[in-house]
Amino acid sequence: MLTKRIVPCLDIKEGRTVKGVNFVDLRDAGDPVELAAIYSATGADELVFLDITATVEKRKTLVDLVTRVAQKINIPFTVGGGISSIDDVSALLNAGADKVSINSAAVKDPQLINRLAATFGSQCIVIAIDSRKIQGKHIVHTHGGRKPTHLETIAWAQEVQDRGAGEILLTSMDHDGTKAGFANKLTALLSTKLTIPLIASGGGGTIDHFKRVFTDGKADAALAASIFHFKEIEILDLKKELQEAAIPMRL
Amino acid sequence: MKVAVVKYNAGNVQSVIYALERLGVEPIHTDDHDLIRAADKVIFPGQGEASSAMAYLRAQRLDQLLKHLEQPFLGICIGLQLMCEHSEEGDTPCLGIFDLKVKRFPTPPESYKIPHMGWNSLKEHKGPLTQGLSDPYLYYVHSYYAELGGDTVGITDYILPFSGALQKNNYYAVQAHPEKSSTDGQKILTNFLAL
Repeated sequence: MLTKRIVPCLDIKEGRTVKGVNFVDLRDAGDPVELAAIYSATGADELVFLDITATVEKRKTLVDLVTRVAQKINIPFTVGGGISSIDDVSALLNAGADKVSINSAAVKDPQLINRLAATFGSQCIVIAIDSRKIQGKHIVHTHGGRKPTHLETIAWAQEVQDRGAGEILLTSMDHDGTKAGFANKLTALLSTKLTIPLIASGGGGTIDHFKRVFTDGKADAALAASIFHFKEIEILDLKKELQEAAIPMRL
Repeated sequence: MKVAVVKYNAGNVQSVIYALERLGVEPIHTDDHDLIRAADKVIFPGQGEASSAMAYLRAQRLDQLLKHLEQPFLGICIGLQLMCEHSEEGDTPCLGIFDLKVKRFPTPPESYKIPHMGWNSLKEHKGPLTQGLSDPYLYYVHSYYAELGGDTVGITDYILPFSGALQKNNYYAVQAHPEKSSTDGQKILTNFLAL
């Protein structure tokens, strides 16, 4: 049986993890490769690296990081953050990334999704959608959720699927950082409408929140960052409890 | 040990090479006929689209070479599919090592997604490749599947049961990505290298 996926997300800047992490057993808490290895060994199903580097050296440092991660890690991983061209994607996939996640660049040039899917196959093209509610409507945001667009979340998700995206990473900016639970209603709306897998992100704070994003939210995967980094929830404990709640998990 | 990873227009070969390096093997990534013929083991990896992959293999005359090898040979993901008789993807005649058809998953019932993406278990598995494993969870990403047949040595269930692993003589294949499947996947690669 296909299992639901638990996905820790690492924020990266110039090849280093940004947010503090609380792993006493890490020799170097800022080394994403070491952190990734620990997650991989302790039950994570997949990893996401979100790069927020904003320098001209960005591509090179990110490709270096992807190479080091791919050498060490034997679970799939996705790389995102400022990826905007076929060349960017080609360099990252050739370095060993399994998938790339595109956000603002797809909003700016939706045709990019078609080109990427045709060049590399849908399976490695993840479209990240940052959504925030404005006057009762779910609106797509770019630039880390700061800049509203004219796009409605559900229509945009449908469009990116039609253009060849292989997966959607939905972050509810209203829930992100709150630890008050995922955006289950919106997640379920999208997940039942789409035929491609959906990763839910934003708001996971307790084991029960994860339970609900898989049952009420019908998500295929759930992503979180700080609760894993600070060991508020151990991935293995989380997966065991979800399995007991009849949510299929790889244990 | 000389391990050849077949070079053709299929993406993400790097992960397979790294996985082999973690097992202490320095594989050669090549489309050279002599190097492939001389290798102790041949790995046929990949991700990609069937018709363009077969067109490339034919252009390099690799199609004839690959199906007449005698050393242990392992197809991964689209590698498995190209080892079958025919693929619905691009209506493509394939290598025909396994007398099986590759089909697109039917329009999924609610709660199923395509591609089949994520960790799924391999059941009713037998043979040397999965020795020491018990219904291993492996990582899958695919929209087409090989039907069940006489060479099926492991069954994966998604929407319907399909060939998760195949074997005929020296030819082995898995639909999942062992190079991305944590310790269970590593065991499959270790078993293959030990053949």
